[in-house]
Amino acid sequence: MANKKKANWKAQLPLLLMTVPGMLYLFINNYIPICGLFIAFKDIDYSKGIFKSDWNGFENFKYLFRTEDAFIITRNTILYNLTFIILNVVICVAVAVMLSEVSKKFMMKFYQTALLLPHLISIIIIAYIAYAFLNSDTGFINHSIQEAMGRDPVNFYADPKYWPFILVIVQVWKTMGYTSIIYFSAILGIDRSLYEAAVVDGAGKMKQIFYITLPLLRPTIITMVLMNVGRIFYSDFGLFLQVPMNQGALFNVTNTIDTYVYRALLLNNDIGMASAAGLYQSIVGFLLVLGANLLVRKMDPENALF
Amino acid sequence: MRKLKSETTFQIVINIILIFLTLCSLLPFVLLIMSSVTQESALIADGYQFWPRVFSLDAYRYIIARAGTIFKAYGITMLVTLVGTTISLIITPLLAYPLSRQDFKLHNVMSFLVFFTMLFNGGLVPTYMMWTQIFHIKNTLPALIIPALLLNAFNVMLMKNYFKMNIPYSLIEAAKIDGAGEFFIFYRVVMPLSKPIMATVGLFVGINYWNDWMNGLYYVTDANLFSLQNFLNRMMQNINYLATAEGAEVAQGSMIMPSSSMRMALAVIGVLPIMVLYPFFQKYFVKGMTVGSVKG
Repeated sequence: MANKKKANWKAQLPLLLMTVPGMLYLFINNYIPICGLFIAFKDIDYSKGIFKSDWNGFENFKYLFRTEDAFIITRNTILYNLTFIILNVVICVAVAVMLSEVSKKFMMKFYQTALLLPHLISIIIIAYIAYAFLNSDTGFINHSIQEAMGRDPVNFYADPKYWPFILVIVQVWKTMGYTSIIYFSAILGIDRSLYEAAVVDGAGKMKQIFYITLPLLRPTIITMVLMNVGRIFYSDFGLFLQVPMNQGALFNVTNTIDTYVYRALLLNNDIGMASAAGLYQSIVGFLLVLGANLLVRKMDPENALF
Repeated sequence: MRKLKSETTFQIVINIILIFLTLCSLLPFVLLIMSSVTQESALIADGYQFWPRVFSLDAYRYIIARAGTIFKAYGITMLVTLVGTTISLIITPLLAYPLSRQDFKLHNVMSFLVFFTMLFNGGLVPTYMMWTQIFHIKNTLPALIIPALLLNAFNVMLMKNYFKMNIPYSLIEAAKIDGAGEFFIFYRVVMPLSKPIMATVGLFVGINYWNDWMNGLYYVTDANLFSLQNFLNRMMQNINYLATAEGAEVAQGSMIMPSSSMRMALAVIGVLPIMVLYPFFQKYFVKGMTVGSVKG
């Protein structure tokens, strides 16, 4: 018996060896930083090193939450994400339904290809494109649209009031294709005979969409929304850092938790604030993921992550 | 008859809407490309235009003439993409395959450990501290390759599910009976059957490396190690970066620096490989996206 067990383990050894590089990488890249979250409770002093720096309890957090920034970054992160979630559902489901109804297959492929392209481009390039549209002297909007309509040029990079719209447009533009295709593939999974039966019963296209496609798409929609709600405490770092070109005048409407942590750590060298905000994000973010998953599991156990 | 007519109207309406959205997706790229071939003075006078008044390839000529820094950045991006993708395509299946084997005793525990990294992470500060203070990665080439990008849980799960569904266990057992070892089976039986998933994951990883600017932003301050994206990022931060950093060099050359159009030309060079290859790899990419139901 003992011998057999031993032999069993020996047989498992090659498989275990295979996992070593990958698991080692995850251990270093993912698990050590999780253990490193304690930094938030320290007063880091590089001359003493990370481990020997003094503990300072909740001071970093007290300090963080006393500033106005804590409120602003939380508000921005959540409100932008909520807007993205709502718009993405409405627009992407509509696009997916339309894609699935296009009768010419090559046209459908063409639309799909074109819509997905922005997803593959780095946010830096997107920031360049945004700059070509928005900059105050030579930007397309100021130079062509505003001028043609006889209006004064707008200094976009100095005026916060436009940015909620700009960021939402850029985000939708960038992710529309990707999300639509995910919904589209769910629609393709719907049993075709349902539509055939509906046609026999005399249902038109609109009826088919509202009584077959959308109801059957509901579980996918719910899952996607809840997963995104679970990630509501994380923002698209590149979008909020690069597209507004790191302009201080815009921070009030462009600063999110991720950009705040980055600036505090690498630009202002304020490790205390950065690590406190980071831990705040990790913990609340994790709770939200768990909560969202719990909801998915209640409504639609098949699609729960765990 | 009425029915047919309404069907046609429906097709026309949805096609018009989709064409409009397609234009919204593509036109910004047209503006980018067009402004890179606009003569600098025309660009300053007319602004960025979809159809320039005066075409000029000066920006590209300028880039080629003083290629040094830019081609170097390009080379670094290519090197990083190549090395990173290769390593990733070795360690990702090596981890995913045992996890797909129900008879591997640790498959549940390890799957959870992999999956958990998608739910919870330490965030930027401890990660940054670790790479810079413990591994001293700052301003080295590995800084562009190793952190964050080498292996991710999503791709591991994607591969694991593929192995589970596409590689019958009977095949593995048969090979075992013939006396094949696990590594032999992995290399000679599993891998040849996994070309589609390798293509998909390779594509995901490759695009991530090509587009990555974050590792460079965090860990690289030495301009000699800038990838193309970091180079573009730096130019964006300081629009006159080139003029100031290499002012002397510019003064020696006789060309006037086409700074606005050149910036756009550089961005075009940055996206060109993706745009050119995109129609060919599109199929694999979409396939990978849509099978991506990721479960632990």
